Formats: sequence, C-alpha cells, structure tokens
Amino acid sequence: MDLLGFARGPALEVSVGIFCAGVVWRIAAFALLKIRREQSRPRQSVLRYVSEGLLATASRSWPHPEFTKRTGAGEALGYSYHMGLFVVILLYGPHIALLGSLVGFTWPGLPSPLITGLAVVTLTLFCGVLFRRLTSPVMRMLSNFDDYFTWFITMLVLVTGLAASAHLGARYETLLAIHILSVDGLLVWFPFGKLMHAFYIMPSRAINGAILARKGAPS
Amino acid sequence: MSTTPQVTVGEMLRRNGVSRRAFIKFCTASASAMALPAWMGAAMAEQLRHAPRPSVVYLSFQECTGCFESFTRSFAPTIENLMFDVISLDYDDTLMAASGSAAEAALATAMKDNYGKYVLIVDGSIPTGAGGACCTAGGRSADMTLRAAAEGAAVILAVGTCASFGGIPFANPNPTNAWPVSGIVAGKPIINVSGCPPIPEVITGTLLQYVTTGKLPDLDENLRPKAYFGNTIHDRCYRRPFYDAGKFAKSFDDEGARSGWCLYELGCKGPTTYNACATMKWNDGTSFPIESGHGCLGCSEPDFWDKGSFYAAQSSADWNSAGETSPREVLELAGGTAAAGAVLGVGAAGMGRLRQHHSEKE
Repeated sequence: MDLLGFARGPALEVSVGIFCAGVVWRIAAFALLKIRREQSRPRQSVLRYVSEGLLATASRSWPHPEFTKRTGAGEALGYSYHMGLFVVILLYGPHIALLGSLVGFTWPGLPSPLITGLAVVTLTLFCGVLFRRLTSPVMRMLSNFDDYFTWFITMLVLVTGLAASAHLGARYETLLAIHILSVDGLLVWFPFGKLMHAFYIMPSRAINGAILARKGAPS
Repeated sequence: MSTTPQVTVGEMLRRNGVSRRAFIKFCTASASAMALPAWMGAAMAEQLRHAPRPSVVYLSFQECTGCFESFTRSFAPTIENLMFDVISLDYDDTLMAASGSAAEAALATAMKDNYGKYVLIVDGSIPTGAGGACCTAGGRSADMTLRAAAEGAAVILAVGTCASFGGIPFANPNPTNAWPVSGIVAGKPIINVSGCPPIPEVITGTLLQYVTTGKLPDLDENLRPKAYFGNTIHDRCYRRPFYDAGKFAKSFDDEGARSGWCLYELGCKGPTTYNACATMKWNDGTSFPIESGHGCLGCSEPDFWDKGSFYAAQSSADWNSAGETSPREVLELAGGTAAAGAVLGVGAAGMGRLRQHHSEKE
C-alpha cells in the first residue's frame, strides 16, 4: 500500500472513528454534567427563559454595540476565516468528491481558481489571527498549547491543500497523501482540543443565556 | 531471423535502397519522438551507419500479448523499420516462423553468439509459484529462461506493466507468485517501459535510443525513461483547463463529459500516472483513453490494479475491498464508534458527578 492509499484508506477510517467516538464522548460528558441547582426564585417563566437562551445564540454571535470598537476587528477576522474555511471545505470539487463518497450525495462546487483565491485569503487571515494572539498581552496570557496546536493543524491542512491543488513542491500523489494525512490528524485532534467549539459554542451560549434570563437578565 | 548480425545498419540500408537523406530524416523523426534534441538525429544516423545491427531477444512470459500487439503498431519508427534496418530480432516466439527445437536453437545461438551484447526484451511477469510450472516453454520455467537470458544481456527492457511491476498477475492475491523482471534479475541494467500496454512508440523509441546511443536513457525512480514518463497524464491532458476551472463531469457521457470537462470525479488517475498518453497518444496520434471519454486507469504505475476503484475520485475514501466507501459503511463506523464514545461519555459524567458529590459532602 502506498502513502496515498494509506492516507485515504486505514488512516482516514481510523481518524473518522476517533472523531465520532471523541465528539460523542465529549458531548455526552458535557450534557450529563450535574448543573448546580439554582436556589433563587426564577424571575421569568420557563418558556421565557428557554426562549431567551435560544435568542442568546444569535445575540451573543454579534459584537455588543458598546464593545464594537474594541472587539469588532477581532470578530470580523474570526468570522472571515471561518467563512473562508467553510467555503473551501464544502465547495471545492475534490472535497465534494470525498464528502460525497461518505454521505452518498454531491452538490455543485465553485471554480477552482476562486477556491484557491479564498484559501490564500483565509491563510492570510489565519496568520493575522496568530499575529493578534502573539502581540496582544491578554490573548498571549490566555493562550496555551491547545490554541497553538489547533492553529497549527488547521493551518497545515490549508497549506498542504493549496500545495496539492497547485501541484507545488512534490508529486501530486505525495502532496495529496500529505494533505489527507493532515486532515486525518485534524480529525483525531478535533475532539480533544479547542476545535470542539464547533459543537459546544451554540449550546454553551444558549445555556448561559437561559441561566441569565432565569435571573432576570434579558438576552 | 538472422543469428549472426555482422552487417552494419548502413550496409543494410544501402542494400534496401534507402538513401542517406531518407535515413537522416528517419533518425531525426525518431529523435524528435523521443524528445531528444535535434542534433541527436544526425548523431544517431552516424552511430547507426557504422554499427552492426544489435541482436535483440524477445521473451514472453505470463502475459496477454497485448504489449507485443502494441509493439507491432508503432508508427515512428515502425516495427518493420526496426527489424529490417536497425536491429536483428533473433528470437521472438510470437513472430518467428520456427517452432519447437528450431526456435529453441535460435535462442541458444543468439545468446551464445552475442553474449554480453544483446538487448533482452521481456514481456510479462515471471511466475515462481508451483515450482515455476505456471509458465513454461521448451521444458524450462519462465524463471529459468529469464535468468539464463539475462546473464548475457547488455540491457533488459521490461516491456509492459507485468514485466515492469508485476502487473495484473502480481495483483493481490498473486496466485502464481509472480514477480517483475527487477524482482528476479539483479546486477543488470533494466529499463522499465510500463503500461498496459505501453504506447507503441515508447517501446520502439526506448529501444532505438539505447541501440543508437549505447547508453541508458535518464530513468525515474521506477526505472522508466524520463523522456516518456517524466510528466503526469494530468499535466498534459487537454481536459486539464477544466480541472483548473473546477468543471468536472459527473457521469460518463453527460453534457460535461462530452464538453471535455475533467474526469477527476469519475475516478481518472491522470494526476498520479506518469506516461506520455496525453502527448504521444495511440494509433499514430489519433487519441488516448481520456479523449475517448474514459478516465485514466493508471496502468503504467506500480500496483495499479490494487490501488482502489477505477471509478472513485482520488480524493475519495478507500475503505473496502472494492477501493470505495459506501454511506452505509460510514454509518456503521460512525454508529459503532459513537456508541463507544457515548459509553465513555456517560462514564466520564458519572465519575464527575461522584467527584462533585464527594466535594459537596466535604
């Protein structure tokens, strides 16, 4: 078996298995955590604070007007590279071929030059994110290995993907194998690192919003 | 078929009424077909005129004769040009009129008279299972014949993917325990001309290049001439602009496929296959498989038969014996691992609650 066969064969199969097991494990462990009983009397009806919780998923996804000047640029950066990543992952022909082989259906993609351009922009934004993390004293203090490794592995997937699509630096089969192996690595890391925010971010915003609404603070 | 090639190529051409001018034109065309510089045409002509016609021995083992069929369909140079003017094909059991002991004697004489000088062309893999009984001729196994013939050969041309990399007989489960030439012969220069079959002009061109220059061509890591195997089919494919534009045919003979869109999503192996199909093409440059609407199978690469489905994109998952992945398999894997994850998660949450309970008590 050659490197490409290994990357898209056993390595991908094992990494998808670890990804599924890890994600369900983390979600189950999180969902079944005992929530401390609130001793105070609810200020709102159950229906109201549940709906406030759902509302919080939207309201907390946008910078608060009071902090726009301070956090707006960071949020714009975050949203931009996330959107770039989604488009590159979901709308590139060879990616659709892979995802299609897993889910059983395909969808139209975008022209490759557009995807390549977006990937380069996303890569640049990624560098900006790291720069911000390294230059901001507060961010630097808050950052740990998890943050840097998550940045590194996501960046690796982008860089190897660009090299494979442009056939740069080595033979296509080697570049493609390295790219798929980097994706395998990302899938393995996903449940154990900060990438889990993909699953946690909305529930945690909703739960926080609901708890605060119960205490009388509107979302 | 002569077994004593003493006549020079120049003499042979004069006898056949071939003018010097026509001969130089032939050499220039051959050099061009081999992607050699223009001056090589004149150098080849000079070298050939004074050189005795080299003896060539062609051995066929575990194969389908497709490679030889391909060999006979070369247009530049043609096999007639080669056989009558440039080489002395002293043994080829498919072409020769002689049979039985006469054929065996021709082989023995050619090997003895040209010891250390003849070119050995091998077509087919070499089965070593069942004591070599899977492929025998003249009471000898393919293995024995190859070892004996390789001993006195100046160079070995392994023609076709079976001789170069084992090919289909070598594919899992390899019931005859077949090997490529390089798996049997050591210490001799080997040139692999892979393909199933190889492009005719690549076989004749490689042979001609060796015969005229007396040197091995530049070879890649799979011992294939870089002049023909230096680029991927994808790099030179006329559908490549559509790959770059992200236009992929979704099924054979759909509007996209007919409009020349890239066949990547239909499993084309062009991006990982090194060969000259897209430039030299077949049948005197008429077309090649991708031009006929079918993706490349990657037949000139090692283990092409075991590298997954011919019809799955190279970026797609390869999890089952057919080299593909079905949504059902994905569901089974995801379901099984998710269940295991859920058990772990429940356990982790239970442990957490216990810890919480103890700390609250304290």
